[in-house]
Amino acid sequence: MAEALLRVEHVSKHFGGLLAVNDASFVAEKGGITAVIGPNGAGKTTLFSIISGFQRPSAGRVIYEDADITFHAPHKLARLGIARTFQIVQPFAGLTVRENIAVGAHLSCRSRRGALDVADEVARAVDLHPQVDRLAATLTVAGRKRLELARALALAPRVLLLDEVLAGLNPSEVRDMIPVIRSVADRGVTIVMIEHVMQAVMQLAERIYVLSEGRIIAAGTPNEIGGDARVVEAYLGRGAARRMTDRAPRD
Amino acid sequence: MRSLALIGAVLALLAAVPAVVTSNVVLNFLVFALLIAVVGQGWNILGGYGGQYSFGHAVFFGTGAYVTAILQARYGVNAWLGLCAGIAGGALVGAGIGVLGFRAGIKGPYFALLTLAFAEVFRIISSVSPITGAGVGTLLKLDLRPEAFQFQSRVPFYWIAVGFVGVSLFIAHAIENSRFGAYLMAVRENEDAARALGVDATRVKLAAMTLSGAMTAAAGCLYVQYFLFVDAGIAYGPWISIEALLAPIVGGVGTVLGPLLGAVVVRAFGEATKLVTGDAPGLDLVIYGVVLVAVVAFAPRGIAGLLSRWMSAPPVERQRG
Repeated sequence: MAEALLRVEHVSKHFGGLLAVNDASFVAEKGGITAVIGPNGAGKTTLFSIISGFQRPSAGRVIYEDADITFHAPHKLARLGIARTFQIVQPFAGLTVRENIAVGAHLSCRSRRGALDVADEVARAVDLHPQVDRLAATLTVAGRKRLELARALALAPRVLLLDEVLAGLNPSEVRDMIPVIRSVADRGVTIVMIEHVMQAVMQLAERIYVLSEGRIIAAGTPNEIGGDARVVEAYLGRGAARRMTDRAPRD
Repeated sequence: MRSLALIGAVLALLAAVPAVVTSNVVLNFLVFALLIAVVGQGWNILGGYGGQYSFGHAVFFGTGAYVTAILQARYGVNAWLGLCAGIAGGALVGAGIGVLGFRAGIKGPYFALLTLAFAEVFRIISSVSPITGAGVGTLLKLDLRPEAFQFQSRVPFYWIAVGFVGVSLFIAHAIENSRFGAYLMAVRENEDAARALGVDATRVKLAAMTLSGAMTAAAGCLYVQYFLFVDAGIAYGPWISIEALLAPIVGGVGTVLGPLLGAVVVRAFGEATKLVTGDAPGLDLVIYGVVLVAVVAFAPRGIAGLLSRWMSAPPVERQRG
């Protein structure tokens, strides 16, 4: 088993009386693609916000390379090599695509020219290069999702947290995006992804954690998760789960 | 490179004016407009590039003016040293308000109100405390020597004002082409996204506010050296806060030449209304309001935005450095 790069240990978060994340733990292995899936409102994005420093957990901790990073500010985490994208895309609307990506590139490159050059390179890697001179505000949804990815990649991160980069894309756009994510992982970047698009998760992830009502209810390989009754129940309800297990012997 | 050449050309043009024009009225007008251009550039660094709209830039202008004036009038300090101290004072006040405001996470309209409140508090304090001369104000002794930063004719002072405008333009240009500027604009566009990309948003805003304070204070120092008088209403009054934001908004927020363009236009409007209305109190403010509404409605990127739209054909693409 590969070495763990990022571990989330018993993290909980409550907003007043609402328990959004309840004692969740998971491990992201170095160089692998780990997925966190779950129905709407399961607490996935809250969990990501905690890992990336935008929210403080009520309990638990986040360990990165054996160091406790639980209460680090987002910009410090970015400097340590943890990058994230946002589910609701957050482009710098008034800047061009190149300028957007250059903000990430500036982390390791002081000079403006150098950062813009890196931005061009990254844009090519995610197929955004025909649009580098356009204002980010003029991009399509698919373009903005790519821009989110490109900006995070420009940080040259070691861990990349992808918050539903495929949500809102049509099937052909999803098909185009999957190899892009794959190639990022192939370059040795550890990926943790939250995703709704099951087809993509099944294709990409090596290990899947299922979050439901704030709890991790199942973990395993894509095959194990696909057949897990608890997972089907969380997504489709108890009745559907029973019908599926009833039918199972006949399959 | 092209924009540097443009800045150089504008400065050369401004510097050549006294060779053609000898009218004191025109030079007076231009000196004042150039002072406003420096104030506007100060505002532009924080508001235009950083997106932190201040309604109280008088707090920096007045601090620069008072520090210079008080050091000279009460402590006999050399005027040029007073200028340096005034700029440092503006930077200090900027850093102080920045630490209080940005650490507490104050944004948007609340930040505008915070700066407005500070300017008013400073105005009230300076209108009653003895060191500023309270209601009487502080008068500088007439001492027409270059060592005392006073001149026989208006021309040297005009050139100094051009010099200050030049420095402010080059600073804005340097910001546009630096990592600091990229971070500042990222914070303006989307603070959370900027933080996720490794930008220490609080620090970047603080640095912008310190620089903004210093630049605006420099204009305050020049004002005092030119008019040799300052009181609470001039130093910390709302008029200068309004000019500070009006010039860059009319000229083009977040552009290098916007504040200068806007300052000249706004001052010209101001003088014209004075001519027409014969100093009816408050009427210039009404005109300013109308100008502001017109700009925001029809040219959100100001005169500079209009110019670049006319010059470059595709409206979506932006010209680069």
